[in-house]
Formats: sequence, structure tokens, C-alpha cells
Amino acid sequence: MDATPFLTLSALLFTIGAVGVLVRRNAIVVFMCVELMLNATNLALVTFARVHGQLDGQVAAFFVMVVAAAEVVVGLAIIVSIFRARRSISVDDASLLKY
Amino acid sequence: MIVFWVLAPIMVVAALGMVMVRKAVHSALLLAVVMICLAVLYAVQNAPFLFAVQIIVYTGAILMLFLFVLMLVGVDSSDSLVETIKGQRLAASVVAVLFGVMIAIFVAQTSVGVIVGLQGANEQGNVTGIAYLLFGRYVFAFEVSAALLITAALGAMVLAHQERLTPRVSQRQLAEQRMRDYSDSGKHLGPLPTPGVYARHNAVDTPALLPDGTPSTLSLSRSLQARGNVRAARVGDVESTVEQMKGVDD
Repeated sequence: MDATPFLTLSALLFTIGAVGVLVRRNAIVVFMCVELMLNATNLALVTFARVHGQLDGQVAAFFVMVVAAAEVVVGLAIIVSIFRARRSISVDDASLLKY
Repeated sequence: MIVFWVLAPIMVVAALGMVMVRKAVHSALLLAVVMICLAVLYAVQNAPFLFAVQIIVYTGAILMLFLFVLMLVGVDSSDSLVETIKGQRLAASVVAVLFGVMIAIFVAQTSVGVIVGLQGANEQGNVTGIAYLLFGRYVFAFEVSAALLITAALGAMVLAHQERLTPRVSQRQLAEQRMRDYSDSGKHLGPLPTPGVYARHNAVDTPALLPDGTPSTLSLSRSLQARGNVRAARVGDVESTVEQMKGVDD
């Protein structure tokens, strides 16, 4: 199995996720796009683990998953508390620090 | 490799759909498709442990969390399509194309070299191999991740916690309030009437009939009435029931 298609797919998914973060304004969807980017890097890590014949890449992917879980918990809690305060989860509305 | 060529287009289409689709729930479901396909790709690449973790942690836990929060903040919360920053989409697509080209060049320029494969590393089993690494070389990172998870859980609890601003109303106070309402405005004391139970229907969308034969608005949920999902108690009654309920509602 060649490694390049996997890496290309990973790059493509990462790019799509980055575009989503830039374009979307619903905070939850932005968050999902971040998850997509993390998943894309995980795919690259697993592919490189296979290329090098060592499991370190898989351990790294595992740690990425752990950190992603922690990040999602805190991030969604922040979104919920923002929603409670201003009844909206659009990232455009939370611009109070600008002024 | 067949698995890859089958799954890769699905994943790309699902990811694109996730970015473009308007409703957040649809985005979440498309993300689930991408994640499950990724899990299969892990399995193909000799990573059965990550296959299981991807399914359990990502699609099982994280995505459920997303859906929970979506339900909490309202499923109907969809993005407005108006651009608030002028030319944002265009700029974003330019950035995307540049970024994609950069990574494509990067991937094309790198020679991966001989693919060793994980047969040697997985000799004792994939899980055993990962365990040796996790509790050997990476044991410190493992311990730190425990601290991270505890901190995240506490942080989420602090952030999502809500202080009570008003004292909790006791059963006695509720009962007294109800009596006061009754003496002031004559509001009915007891519970609302249940929806109708008849030989043909036994459902929440069928209104109860009052003694004079008219349907009782109080016996139906307000959202069912707003949606117009109201059934009649008798055959041929549908239109008249809906009309009557509308009349009462307005």
C-alpha cells in the first residue's frame, strides 16, 4: 500500500477543515471543523507509523484524541455559557473585546 | 487499497458537505460519516486499537457531546448566509487554494521511501505494542494527559455551572401559589386535562372532548397545535377541529 494517497487525503481533509473554520459562523460548526483538522492529522500520523514500522505515530494519534476530547469538553462548555449569556452561538456576536 | 479508493471520495464529499450544509445537525451527521470512514482507514493501516478508539471516543463520545450541545442550544440554529465581512468567502477560498497547493507540493516533493509496514512492530499484537510505548517511553505524557483530563472536566463543570439567583420554590409554596391564583383569577386548580382516549385513537394529538362535544384546547400540547398536527376525535371532524382550535388560539 502506497503512503502518498493517504497523505494526500489527509491534506485535503485538513484544508477542508481550515476552510470551514474560516467561513462558518456557527460556533459549533467551527468546532466540528477543528475536529476534522485534528482527524486529518491523525490519519497522517497513522500513515507515517506504518511507513516507519514503529508504533510511535499511533501513540501520538492516541494522544491527539485524548487532547481533542478534553478540548471539546471545555469548548462546548464555553459555547453553552456564551449561549446562555447572549442567546446566540454565532461567532460574530461575541465581539465585545473588540471595542 | 480498494478500501481507500472507495472511502476517500465518500470522506471528501462528506467533509465538503459538512462545511457547506446550513444546518448544524446535518454537519454533525456528515462529520460522523467522515470519522467512521477514518476508523476503517485506521483498521486498514494495521491500527486496530486506534480503530476502536476512534469509534468509541470520536463517534461515540465527542460527536454525542456535539449533538447534546446542539439540542441544548436549539436544533434550528442555522447560519445566516449573509456575509458580515466583505469578501470573506473569496478570501477564504483563496487561502484554501494556496494552502492546498502548498501541502500538495509538499506531499509531492517528499519521497516516503521504503514502507516498512507494521508487521514487525505488531508482532506481539497492536495493543501490546502501544501499551509498551505508552507505559514505557511516553509514561510521563500519559500521566500529564490524566491531569489534563481532570482539569478539563473541572473546567467544564465550572463553565457550565449556573448559580441560582432565586431561592428554590418548595412544594408548599407552589401549592399556596396555586390556591392564590384560584382565588384571584379562578384558574383551575388541578392538572390540565389529558388528551382524548377513544376507541380509534389513543394518542397525544387527539384532543379531549368537553361535555358539549367541543374539543378542549388545554388537553393538547401547544407545539402540536402550532404545527397543525391535530387529529379529530371523530371521523370527518378534522377540519372543524382544526378550525375550532385556531379560533380558540387566536
